[in-house]
Amino acid sequence: MKPTLLRNGRVIDPSNHRDEIADILIIDGRIADPATTRDPQWEEIDARGLIVAPGLIDLHVHFREPGQSAKETIASGARAAAAGGFTSVVCMPNTSPSVDNPSVVTWILEKAKAEACVNIFPTGAITKGIAGEELAPIGSMHKAGIVALTDDGRCIQNHEIMRRALEYARMFGLTVMDHCQDYNLVGKGVMNEGIVSTALGLPGWPSAGEEIIVQRNALLAELCDTPIHCQHLSAGGSVAILREARARGIKISGEICPHHIALTDESIRTFDTNFKMNPPLRTQRDIDLLIEGVADGTITVLASDHAPHCSYEKEVEFDLAPFGILGLETELGLFIDILVHKKKAIDLPRLIAMFTIEPARLLGLDRGTLNLGAPADITLIDPGLEWTVDKNASASRSRNTPFHGWELKGRAVRTIVAGQTVWAL
Amino acid sequence: MNDLPLPESWTHKDLVSIESLTVAEINFILDTASAFKQVGTREIKKVPALRGKTLVNFFVEPSTRTRISFELAAFRLSADVVNVSASTSSLTKGETLKDTAKNLEALHADIIVLRHSSAGASKFLADRLESSVINAGDGAHEHPTQALLDTFTIREKLGRIEGLHVAIIGDILFSRVARSNIHALLKLGAKVTLVGPSTLVPRTFEAMGVTVTHDLDSILPDVDVLNLLRIQHERQRKEYFPSLGEYTSLFGLTKKRAEQLKPGALIMHPGPINRGVEIDSDIADSSRSVILDQVTNGLAVRMAVLYLCAGASRTS
Repeated sequence: MKPTLLRNGRVIDPSNHRDEIADILIIDGRIADPATTRDPQWEEIDARGLIVAPGLIDLHVHFREPGQSAKETIASGARAAAAGGFTSVVCMPNTSPSVDNPSVVTWILEKAKAEACVNIFPTGAITKGIAGEELAPIGSMHKAGIVALTDDGRCIQNHEIMRRALEYARMFGLTVMDHCQDYNLVGKGVMNEGIVSTALGLPGWPSAGEEIIVQRNALLAELCDTPIHCQHLSAGGSVAILREARARGIKISGEICPHHIALTDESIRTFDTNFKMNPPLRTQRDIDLLIEGVADGTITVLASDHAPHCSYEKEVEFDLAPFGILGLETELGLFIDILVHKKKAIDLPRLIAMFTIEPARLLGLDRGTLNLGAPADITLIDPGLEWTVDKNASASRSRNTPFHGWELKGRAVRTIVAGQTVWAL
Repeated sequence: MNDLPLPESWTHKDLVSIESLTVAEINFILDTASAFKQVGTREIKKVPALRGKTLVNFFVEPSTRTRISFELAAFRLSADVVNVSASTSSLTKGETLKDTAKNLEALHADIIVLRHSSAGASKFLADRLESSVINAGDGAHEHPTQALLDTFTIREKLGRIEGLHVAIIGDILFSRVARSNIHALLKLGAKVTLVGPSTLVPRTFEAMGVTVTHDLDSILPDVDVLNLLRIQHERQRKEYFPSLGEYTSLFGLTKKRAEQLKPGALIMHPGPINRGVEIDSDIADSSRSVILDQVTNGLAVRMAVLYLCAGASRTS
């Protein structure tokens, strides 16, 4: 492989507090010293006008293999990731069978090595069968290569089990991530509980059903002095709980997904199941509070919760449809458009940090930086590029997005994994 | 039949909600229903309006009175009627609602009357079928023909809707009848008060433009119409109120409470009634109760809806 020189881009590497026009040199799949004597044989990529960022990491995707490859495969999910500017994804364990033992972890890693064009980082279930009752073989899965623990899609209701999971995970340095949902409060809820659910007669999912578990997690993180990460936060109240806990030094963090700041529950008035996800779309007040949490640093990670489902599965009665939407290919555009251009909540370096060094540090991944010698995972971004979302152009096997036809500003234009361009616009 | 409004002036092939109708459209249905009510008093009650048309009563959730009412309405309009229930359909074999309905359409069903436990199910089918889809109740969302027959009955008995004060009492949270009535009554200019336990009548309803109260006695002297909903205290309602006895003591229309009503105030109920629970047995049979008039009017209203929507689908 010839060395590649990315020339004259705006290099934004938050891990090194770097934001400058510079060249980036890639030799043998790693970041090399650009002062190296140049050779006319090198491949050159003109990055003028573009941002050169460490390869983006999506901390929250569902790639459906093993077991549900009609929705998404590791290969197709990886292509969608690349097309969205992501060089690494952290895969949730609620596959079929679930990732609750080392053999499934090994299977996923081998499949990824053979077929995936981006880095696949599997997580393991906290409990056997993601049933919330008995601890899964966490140590064995750690040896097999998981990068974190989560029962995502479900939430451990028994606080004692959650406490012991946190304590046990600490032994391996594994971060526990939690899908925050109290089953008694949420019941059969399929959308935000509020004015719209009242009008439509759909079962409501109250914000308190999330907030009470975020608070539970803050208390347990404090009790165990162990980090815990709250996934896909949707409720404004969760931000306040997180802010207060973090101010007291508790090791708790949170992520948000683009749909929770791009859409409100008003969208569900049409009963379109592409607006059904878990946790649900909430209100403008929640959006404002989530964005405030991003702006003041309470929320540290941006992620997609990429959740592919077949069209025929989504084309059913609203309360019977599966939760979840695609995310990887629209995520960066939505976040740049909303957080940077429209709301001016954060600048581009902070946005890139939330996609790179923040998730990398949270899980201890050797990614998210342009350090010399680091794997040459790089995303080129045109923050001003105006484009229209076309679900039919998606690399995913599924089409369940509510953003079809949306006009966005900001997009990845090239994705480089270990020095190789795996996708370019 | 010369006295019937022309269906050509009706443009909707479906009736999925009251919320989506204009005031003029609601009044047009009610006027058409008046004409059909006249037909019901004739020696020969049958008219040929839907001769050759096929109506499928597709009841995924069980119902007796609404299904029979639609069935009789279709017979009176000379349509052919087939009844399909969840247990006799392929839904039990895992077929989707869309596929089952597409099969019915492939069998040339002109009108599908759908009763379903999921909110939005009728709109879902209406958006995907050429056939007319009539909502006979979708989860806790809407039950438009019930609201139409209720407003028809009020208009018939009191001569108007505008300016009246209507109270809807009971399990509002889970009631499609309540939601359709709220939309219809507000559009037609009534004042609407919802009454019931705070667990079943949350304040969020106020955003729809109604008043919420948990004190029935305070409003009785002011209301023109009391619409009592059936109260259930089965497994799924246990956490909402302690007992039927306590419900009756707080919200039941007892004889004593009925004495507080103005003269001429109407007592309504969509049925089936629980005698001695939400309504005193004698009050249910009293002269101010219009419960059976509602049932009779339901037939005329459903004839009007079928006639208009089938006509719209024919011309479109």
